[in-house]
Amino acid sequence: MHTMSIQRKKIHPHKYSLWIAMGSITMMFIGFTSAYVVKRSQANWLAFELPHIFWLSTAVILLSSLTIHLALKQFKERNMQRYKQLITLTAVLGVVFAACQWIGFSQLKNSGLPLSGPVSASFIYVIVGVHMLHVLGGVVALLIMFARAYRTRIRTYSPVPIEVAATYWHFVDVLWIYLLIFLSIAR
Amino acid sequence: MSNEATLHSQQEVMHGAHDHHDHEHHHEDNFISKYVFSLDHKMIAKQFLITGIIWAIIGAFFSVVFRLQLGFPDATFPWLESILGHWAKGGRITPEAYYALVTMHGTILVFFVLTAGLSGTFSNLLIPLQVGARDMASPFMNCLSYWFFFLASLVMMASLFVQTGPASGGWTMYPPLSALGDASIGSKIGVDLWLISMALFVVSQLLGGLNYISTLLNMRTKGMSMTKMPLTIWSFFFTAVLGVLSFPVLLSGFILLLMDRHAGTSFYLSDIFIAGKALANEGGSAILYQHLFWFLGHPEVYIIILPAMGMVSEVLAVSSRKPIFGYLAMIGSLFAICILAFLVWAHHMFVTGLNPFLGAFFVLLTLLIAVPSAIKVFNWLTTIWKGNIRFTPASLFSIGFVSTFISGGLTGIWLGNSSIDIHLHDTYFVIAHFHIVMGVSAFFGMFAGIYHWFPKMYGRFMNNTIGYIHFWVTLVGAYLIFWPMHYEGMAGMPRRYFDYSSWTSFNQFGGLNQFISIVVILVFATQLLFVFNFFYSIFKGRKLTEQNPWKATTLEWTTPINPGHGNWPGEIPEVHRWAYDYSKDGRDFIPQTEPIGPNESAH
Repeated sequence: MHTMSIQRKKIHPHKYSLWIAMGSITMMFIGFTSAYVVKRSQANWLAFELPHIFWLSTAVILLSSLTIHLALKQFKERNMQRYKQLITLTAVLGVVFAACQWIGFSQLKNSGLPLSGPVSASFIYVIVGVHMLHVLGGVVALLIMFARAYRTRIRTYSPVPIEVAATYWHFVDVLWIYLLIFLSIAR
Repeated sequence: MSNEATLHSQQEVMHGAHDHHDHEHHHEDNFISKYVFSLDHKMIAKQFLITGIIWAIIGAFFSVVFRLQLGFPDATFPWLESILGHWAKGGRITPEAYYALVTMHGTILVFFVLTAGLSGTFSNLLIPLQVGARDMASPFMNCLSYWFFFLASLVMMASLFVQTGPASGGWTMYPPLSALGDASIGSKIGVDLWLISMALFVVSQLLGGLNYISTLLNMRTKGMSMTKMPLTIWSFFFTAVLGVLSFPVLLSGFILLLMDRHAGTSFYLSDIFIAGKALANEGGSAILYQHLFWFLGHPEVYIIILPAMGMVSEVLAVSSRKPIFGYLAMIGSLFAICILAFLVWAHHMFVTGLNPFLGAFFVLLTLLIAVPSAIKVFNWLTTIWKGNIRFTPASLFSIGFVSTFISGGLTGIWLGNSSIDIHLHDTYFVIAHFHIVMGVSAFFGMFAGIYHWFPKMYGRFMNNTIGYIHFWVTLVGAYLIFWPMHYEGMAGMPRRYFDYSSWTSFNQFGGLNQFISIVVILVFATQLLFVFNFFYSIFKGRKLTEQNPWKATTLEWTTPINPGHGNWPGEIPEVHRWAYDYSKDGRDFIPQTEPIGPNESAH
């Protein structure tokens, strides 16, 4: 295109959109956590320990951030076999993370804190649940990347999609760590 | 993220991943890809506009129906029964139908017409055309944005036809009324459909907003620096920022409300009795919802008004053949409004038991908005001052916008004071205020935009005579409808009541209410005239014979009369000057594409 020369120094529009989307998602969780803070300052707030499995899920999601980072590196070096393995591993770790969160929910429930229980517990279900949905959204994106990597008719050399996916993945990782710290401190 | 990566994929993005072809040769679209799942920002804009027009007719018709009840509480209208069935037995709407109608009127007009229909249309149409881009950053996401809006529309439309009727707890959907299905007939499945529809709507707005921001920040043509952009683009930018930051918070609030309705949680519910039976919900707070709602709700009114402001600025400069007065002050005041929009939400909650000390800060911040608003009004007036004004329908609607924005804005200063608000809260004074400053003004901005850019959209003009009738009836009508409501409100007449006739203090307003209702019917009929003009002109309007009918400086008028997908057949033009070189150096106007001459100084 004729206009490309002046576009060069700029950040890719898809990446830009992603950054704005991450700001938007952050606002959503700020909405939840500030609602949490407001509720917490009112009467009848029940404090309790978070399910211990959340620490395991933290380790899982941290590991997955590492694997997607390596996947991006392999893609750029055109080691497509390695790349496919690594994004598969990342997607699996994403599902394991979601499963851990789900186990956490049932632990909460078994300790007498169901979703319809005290508000402090309901918040955990909603906040952790909505975050989990965002991780699963990332898994869906990875599945699409996976399908693309196996296409033989059209080959993609642009690393932008995988870069976008990786940035999003790190984002939900950081978001989870923020939520974990927040929920542990503001009990 | 590496820079070389950006380089590699540039080709793909500049075309949009869908059309890998040269823009010089013609690309054959079939019906589906051209008119239905179109990726062309201009077609998506038209889709938003026409969907918005259909919603506007429905929403405005609802107001006619409930105005009939308010104006003529004892009369019966048998034709109402034939369209509303058991909701209007004997030709008189039931109280439940009344609440459903006012709730849907608010929801439809605020979200579906003045948010999606207004910024959805004009951001899509004008951002690529005025910054010099071939399409949006992601045409596919743009298409998705419309179809999410369409789905939201379908769900909302379906909710009108369920047996227990649509949501009817007011457009703000406050719990506990909206959270408990047993609380009223309008809190049953109607509210679920309302929440689902609004969640889809939020997704649509976010997809749209992301695209608007990344397009106008990243894909401007050569030479188009931020301060050379027309004010329309600046206003769409701030609108999108507001939407992207505030709609997710609304979604959080809706998710919690949905949990309260169906998962037995108590985020908003505490100590509630329904029909003498105590509910188990404990520890919730209904005020929490109001905080989450109004954190969106207040920016939302600026999401509605900012695009109108931007288009009015542009149209006023073009039609008075003068540069916009105080270009940087206009941007600064948009920015100030954008910041303050997030800091004033509690002024909707002065009477909820808010700490008066905290209230004082919200009063201060609220009144501060008067400063940027006044700057804008001053600049519009000085732009048309001693201008060589061409009174096209677009410029009349822009001047009308300035009028209603002033008269509606001034009452905001009253309402922004927490002590006066105690008396005026939930009265017709509030109705009058926000309908004039947000409803009528935003509509005027939208009409100005439609009349002005219709030639760009369809290559034809709208009929001027009908345009003038439309303007004068609407302007006079709007004042006749809403001005008297100030008096009703000052007398303490509360909003959202079905029938005031048994209320002795407000009997004096019986005649006034009749008068308002009659004007509403006339104004509604005039809007139908506009709709006729719009659709008739698409097919039969006077054809455009020149590229630049309004003699405007901006880039959209450098495209062919009926631009194809990609907007410019050849290269995208380069920009050399700001968008407001009117009546400069003895020339009527100088297009943005013309280089600065040797004896000329840049703005």
